[in-house]
Amino acid sequence: MALKMVKGSIDRIFDKNLQDLVRGVRSHREDEAKYISSCIDEIKQELKQDNIAVKANAVCKLTYLQMLGYDISWAAFNIVEVMSSSKFTYKRIGYLAASQCFHDGTDVIMLTTNQIRKDLSSPNQYDTGVALTGLSCFVTPDLARDLANDIMTLMSHTKPYIRKKAVLIMYKVFLKYPESLRPAFPRLKEKLDDPDPGVQSAAVNVICELARRNPRNYLSLAPLFFKLMTSSTNNWVLIKIIKLFGALTPLEPRLGKKLIEPLTNLIHSTSAMSLLYECVNTVIADCCVCVKTDTCPRPPQLCVQKLRILIEDSDQNLKYLGLLAMSKILKTHPKSVQSHKDLVLQCLDDKDESIRLRALDLLYGMVSKKNLMEIVKKLMVHVDKAEGTTYRDELLTKIIDICSQSNYQYITNFEWYISILVELTRLEGTRHGHLIASQMLDVAVRVKAIRGFAVVQMATLLDNTTLLAGSGQHKSICEVLYAAAWICGEFSEHLEDPVHTLEAMLRPKVATLPGHIQAIYIQNAAKLFAAVLNGQQGTPDCQTMQESSQLLIDRLPLFVQSADLEVQERASCILQLVKFIQKLQHKEVEVGEEVTALFAGELNPVAPKAQKKVPVPDGLDLDAWINEPPSESESEDEKPVAVFAEEELRHARPHHTEVDEKELARRREARKQEQANNPFYIKASPTSQKGYQDSTGVEHIPVVQIDLSVPLKVPGGWMSTSDKYLKLEEERRQRERKERGKKEKKKKKKREKRSGMGRRHDSGPESEEDIAPAHMVDIVTEEMPENALSSDDDEKDPNDPYRALDVCDIQGNLQNGSQVVVSIIFENKSTSFLKSMEFNVLDSLNSKLQRPEGSGPHDGLTVPFQLPPGVSNEARFIFSVQSIVMPQRLKGTLTFIVKADDSSTHEKLDFKLHFTCSSYLITTPCYSDTFAKLLESADLKGTSVRLQEVSLPFHHLLAKICFHHHFSVVERIDSCASLYSRSIQGHHVCLLVKYAHQTVTIDAKCDESSLLGNVLEEIKKTFSQS
Amino acid sequence: IICCPPPLQMQFMLLFSRQGKLRLQKWYVPLSDKEKKKITRELVQTVLARKPKMCSFLEWRDLKIVYKRYASLYFCCAIEDQDNELITLEIIHRYVELLDKYFGSVCELDIIFNFEKAYFILDEFLLGGEAQETSKKNVLKAIEQADLLQEVRLGGGDLHGI
Repeated sequence: MALKMVKGSIDRIFDKNLQDLVRGVRSHREDEAKYISSCIDEIKQELKQDNIAVKANAVCKLTYLQMLGYDISWAAFNIVEVMSSSKFTYKRIGYLAASQCFHDGTDVIMLTTNQIRKDLSSPNQYDTGVALTGLSCFVTPDLARDLANDIMTLMSHTKPYIRKKAVLIMYKVFLKYPESLRPAFPRLKEKLDDPDPGVQSAAVNVICELARRNPRNYLSLAPLFFKLMTSSTNNWVLIKIIKLFGALTPLEPRLGKKLIEPLTNLIHSTSAMSLLYECVNTVIADCCVCVKTDTCPRPPQLCVQKLRILIEDSDQNLKYLGLLAMSKILKTHPKSVQSHKDLVLQCLDDKDESIRLRALDLLYGMVSKKNLMEIVKKLMVHVDKAEGTTYRDELLTKIIDICSQSNYQYITNFEWYISILVELTRLEGTRHGHLIASQMLDVAVRVKAIRGFAVVQMATLLDNTTLLAGSGQHKSICEVLYAAAWICGEFSEHLEDPVHTLEAMLRPKVATLPGHIQAIYIQNAAKLFAAVLNGQQGTPDCQTMQESSQLLIDRLPLFVQSADLEVQERASCILQLVKFIQKLQHKEVEVGEEVTALFAGELNPVAPKAQKKVPVPDGLDLDAWINEPPSESESEDEKPVAVFAEEELRHARPHHTEVDEKELARRREARKQEQANNPFYIKASPTSQKGYQDSTGVEHIPVVQIDLSVPLKVPGGWMSTSDKYLKLEEERRQRERKERGKKEKKKKKKREKRSGMGRRHDSGPESEEDIAPAHMVDIVTEEMPENALSSDDDEKDPNDPYRALDVCDIQGNLQNGSQVVVSIIFENKSTSFLKSMEFNVLDSLNSKLQRPEGSGPHDGLTVPFQLPPGVSNEARFIFSVQSIVMPQRLKGTLTFIVKADDSSTHEKLDFKLHFTCSSYLITTPCYSDTFAKLLESADLKGTSVRLQEVSLPFHHLLAKICFHHHFSVVERIDSCASLYSRSIQGHHVCLLVKYAHQTVTIDAKCDESSLLGNVLEEIKKTFSQS
Repeated sequence: IICCPPPLQMQFMLLFSRQGKLRLQKWYVPLSDKEKKKITRELVQTVLARKPKMCSFLEWRDLKIVYKRYASLYFCCAIEDQDNELITLEIIHRYVELLDKYFGSVCELDIIFNFEKAYFILDEFLLGGEAQETSKKNVLKAIEQADLLQEVRLGGGDLHGI
């Protein structure tokens, strides 16, 4: 109705009013820019007139153009003019324009102080209201300082309409002019009891926001807010208060216990989902605090139940948030979430991809020995159903992540896992062939018991021509053949029919594979050949041997012609060797053992750091020669085994005849490292003497043709092999349970542990520990020399009695471009009690420790806890940093009192804090299209760096960069990935990481070149240390 | 006492059409025009690329984006990690209700031609990113009374004649 009254008012005949402008813009879609520039010319004319109404109309139009993206900062002074009009109509327009386009840098703001003050004290509450609203958008530190008193007075205005706005804007004033907080706070606190609910909720809002940023100062208000929480019925106010308590409980754990009752009541009673969600989140956060201090009173069972309801809801939003909150509980109470895996699995069917991805994340944390097979089975079904390769690839990586997490902790049956991997090779067009291959290799090398099974499976893979056929289009998946060929060659003693596999490896089609895979094929064909010779030795019939030799001689020439140097070289080398062997065979010389000796040696996985950990024994001078320096050619031939690896080396570096001793020692060391890390540095297969076999001609071998006309549909028993393990596993467990039950009845005290398990089983579902692996597989974890030092003590002085400052995690503060939060874990490794710890740092020009108000610039900060022997605790310190483009080292000291039984001493510990540039980066996800745009923009400067001899798998390498340097992967294709991160001051850092032949190339772009240089330097360091 | 800038309830609110045209923008954090434009462009693209059945939340940079589509208009808010997505949806909905009451079944054209009114309503409802008034009635009352004060309508265009 107000509109109607306005509508009746006088029509002014301007050149154009706002509506005309809007219509004009809409009708000039083709030449919008031209039309608008003519409008701006008109507006400029209008602004020159004295009539305030004309000016206001012009400013109103400008505000519209500003939204369309045009610059109107040139009209700032005209806006101030319109703001100063005595008529509310124009004032309102003026303030709107100002609030849309004024910012800290607008210089005319200085001119507005008096006008705003006048408006604030206007008898018309709407004048005051409009001024307050405008101020909330463009308040500067100067305005805040000059107007703080006026606004404080308005907090006690007679009209609640003004009080409410004044209270809210006070928050902005505090931020711009912190000194105003102290004098204004008492009045703000009074407003919590304001008779008007709107003013009251505004005060709650402001205090909650203040408290979230600095909870300690507001602990004393807890009782007041507690009262408000139990009395208020306004959901939005309740949410704010609950949020406030969420900030307070970490400081005062007792609050958590007190809160639980009202929160539980709210969770039970409220119908508002937003309130329920807030309560649940707060309870979860409380639990995190409790878990840290070991006083968790309650499993968040209620929360999990409520979240289940959310996830079951048909509303996508509730589903998403439910899963999100569930993953938070998972971190502290995995057991209570695991029972809802059915629900999470259902979410994988959701049509919303963001929900599916959330569910996948959750699954990762939910697996246990008991449910792994079942979960993976479900995931495999989804892999089959998945539309679009992106989501399917996501599923694939998740399956592998889930299975391989924590060193294959949850896998009880590796036969099953190998079958899963084999099934995954059926995925058409996946980009993760590499990943599957590295898993196959890893499992086969590290789990000895599985090798026999793995070899049989791999032999079938080699036999399967579809993988070969697909090599043209889907390059990635044929990577699994690399693993298959190597496993068959290395563990050839397990092959059922080595001759057949040998034939499969030398098919002409192999020549279509990428070079590095062909090379592996040839090398392992040679190993297989050695095994065949050895197997046939001592038998009168040497037809098989001769046939194998002939096979190699027939097929290898194809590879000798290869354009790939590596393939060509290996092929010609082995071809000559076989020709020689054939000659010997004709003379009926037994050569099996000699050939086998080429590949002799046991392969053991060794931890990457193992060599470094072995202390040099006394009296051993690594630089001294043990024997007289041999001639160069011999010095390289330490082990005959390494023939092929050595060849590579020779080609990589031209041979120097004059090499100084240090260089030689260094090289030897490097080679040892390389061999240790290289799974393809191998031993020969111990061969078992076999009896005569009927000679099997190559032609007679039945080749299994697999029909793959329908992608992912696999014929007969071979695809669904993994399912049978699931069934077997269930049966086995059932059997075990029964047996256990029997034993229990017979002899209760037979073994303490056993009977304990039995009882548990009777009373409920079996627990995680009960599940024994199907066959005792020995997972060889990385081998460490016996006398190696524990890896945690890497850089610390073991003699220091009171070791503190264990981990120092430096993290940029998201909210402030110049703040860095340093979390330090203090660990008391002594046997005495430590107290009165004081932490101090020598500030530099660039970085300063933030000290509480009133303390001097060199005062230390009290660490808010004491440390009994063997206990560790974490404290956080805030530093303000001016420039983040350079790394920084700050010296500091920790003083503390050591309390022994009879006496106490004052001790001091010096330390250094290293602020790397990476610690100023914040992991920020980035979409690939945004990323591409970033790269295109001209503001970014680029540079690149190259890391040599990195022998990590590519995904480890990426994980390392992401973890240590806070990057996130934007996109990954084979061994090439783009990464993104952002600094706390908003610099974009983009990386393109490529990996080939143990060399990593990083092309990087950033809008700050010295920051980029330093980050790259740090990345380099990370890899040189490992 | 204060050592870092605020975790605001809301960082900004954008209204844009299905075609990606910006209809209203309100920023509660001080940013340069260049940054604002960049954020707007990126977000409009991201949100428009989402499928209709997808949930209303997404993680974007270090913020959470909450959006909802009403007819041809997308309402899109950015909040911080600690903030409550559902309450933000409620705020969006409340704002739409207010527009609806004020204009009488609001449509995109109402907001295009009376964009200043849409801002006035928003300013009565949210101040500095915080909800200042939870009662719909009070917000509308304040707007109507302020309109009464406005004795002359600029240009005199017909509000409902569109």
